[in-house]
Amino acid sequence: MRFPAQIIAGALGVLAEACPLAAQEDLVTDISQHQISIRSNFTGADLLLFGTVGSTPSDERDIVIVVRGPDAPVVVRRKERIGGIWVNYGSAEVENMPGYYAVVSTRPLEEIAPASVLERYGIGVKYLGLRPPEGKAAPLPKPYVEAATRIRSREDLFVEQPGKVLFLGTSLFRATIGMPANVPDGLYTARVYLFSEGNVLQAQTSTLFVNKVGFERLVFDFAQTRPLAYGILAVLIALFAGWAASAIFRGR
Amino acid sequence: MQLYLPIAELSVNALIILGMGGAVGFLSGMFGVGGGFLMTPLLIFTGIPPAVAVATEANQIVASSVSGALVHWRRGAVDVKMGSFLLSGGVAGSFVGVWIFALLRSVGQVDLLIFLSYVVFLGIIGTLMLVESVHAIMRARKAGATVPHRRGQISWMRALPLRTRFRKSRLYMSVIPPLAIGALVGILAAIMGVGGGFIMIPAMIYLLRMPTNVVVGTSLFQIIFVTGLVTILHAVENQTVDVVLALLLLIGGVVGAQFGARAGQNLRGEQLRALLALMVIAVCLRLLFDLVVEPEERYELAPAGETDR
Repeated sequence: MRFPAQIIAGALGVLAEACPLAAQEDLVTDISQHQISIRSNFTGADLLLFGTVGSTPSDERDIVIVVRGPDAPVVVRRKERIGGIWVNYGSAEVENMPGYYAVVSTRPLEEIAPASVLERYGIGVKYLGLRPPEGKAAPLPKPYVEAATRIRSREDLFVEQPGKVLFLGTSLFRATIGMPANVPDGLYTARVYLFSEGNVLQAQTSTLFVNKVGFERLVFDFAQTRPLAYGILAVLIALFAGWAASAIFRGR
Repeated sequence: MQLYLPIAELSVNALIILGMGGAVGFLSGMFGVGGGFLMTPLLIFTGIPPAVAVATEANQIVASSVSGALVHWRRGAVDVKMGSFLLSGGVAGSFVGVWIFALLRSVGQVDLLIFLSYVVFLGIIGTLMLVESVHAIMRARKAGATVPHRRGQISWMRALPLRTRFRKSRLYMSVIPPLAIGALVGILAAIMGVGGGFIMIPAMIYLLRMPTNVVVGTSLFQIIFVTGLVTILHAVENQTVDVVLALLLLIGGVVGAQFGARAGQNLRGEQLRALLALMVIAVCLRLLFDLVVEPEERYELAPAGETDR
């Protein structure tokens, strides 16, 4: 193995993780936005990632960009027909389900690198490195994992788009990644990998935040941190609205 | 016009939600019902998570029942004493209902609970209403026939202890039936996001034998407080009350109700009830369909440990 595993585990926010073998292939990248704000009119966002790469030993070179949202524990439930109706029956817990996962590349992933390399770097929706909660020895059942990825893909939260990274000339590349309106908020990492002949030559990580801001943030935080006050306020608003409606229409 | 709902955590078209509020408000104004039993399923059909739909609809009903109750209050058509007993039962019932809700939510069965409750109650109520209104229509066709109005209590109720006088309703009866009815309505309000008028009003007329002129006002009086409590309990226990969604719904609802009330004056009572019954049955069948037909996706994702607190 030519490249240390630390590349994957690289600290968040580190801009360049230089690889000793690839000193001359300087990969420089950036994102159009490091902060995405979810406001009341949020309908999704387009991320523009771009960068340059120096010369590579071989002509074959590929760029793969992975944007991964915050991991969170989820339960996958499976419906069974019981007594004629469909009921949640089996379930499996996934400890680290990414809330968002997009991978764009110059070519289809399987043409860029062998499965073992993709798996090692966690590139592609098949290689998310999902695991059960700590203390549960049993591995995640495959149908549940597949279903979880399928559901997220259908909501456009998991995206795999080969051919989305375009080279403009010899060294400049760019890619746009669409984020749907239902992206979860939190810390995202964007990793740009430079591949050549099936191996990672260089990788770079940057981070971005997706945040609910303004009124939405206020309402959400209020509901989470002071639920009693929030509930009482919700009732007071309704009481007032009901009284106001009755006062307005009374004259008729 | 897309609007992001902070608690439901999704983006909806505000005009569609306003329109839904208006349409259900129109129907509730026309039929004189709360409309929660139509609104909650509609919200679920549009993709709002069922738990959010239930809690938010309870919040909206607070507003619509206040404006309705004020009208009856001014007419003196509220039996506060009867309402208070119904309410005491309702308070206990809402705690039980929210507790059941949170319990089933933690094991992933809350959607099933909501759907089954709707199918069962809408099925029963819709069928009873349809039968009753068809009979009434047929009776009305036979000239000269009058509707017999029964007074006095059902015999087994007379045996219950703790009797007291309800002046406004002109009744002397045990407090146990109103407490029990209130409790049932409280549970349903918490689980289904409804005011419960569709259970309470028939119960007040046929079981308690209250005079019809105070029935609606008294039931609205109870509904304000019970749905208010249910809103607070859901906010505390499940954090599923979306005030932005509630506001949209109630704006549409208030306006729709005004037009509905006027439209309803041109229709006959029993025809209205038959129409409403058909609508209730239609919603019931739609929900039953969702339960029975094999889902396209047999799996679902939910955040883990939602209520593991």
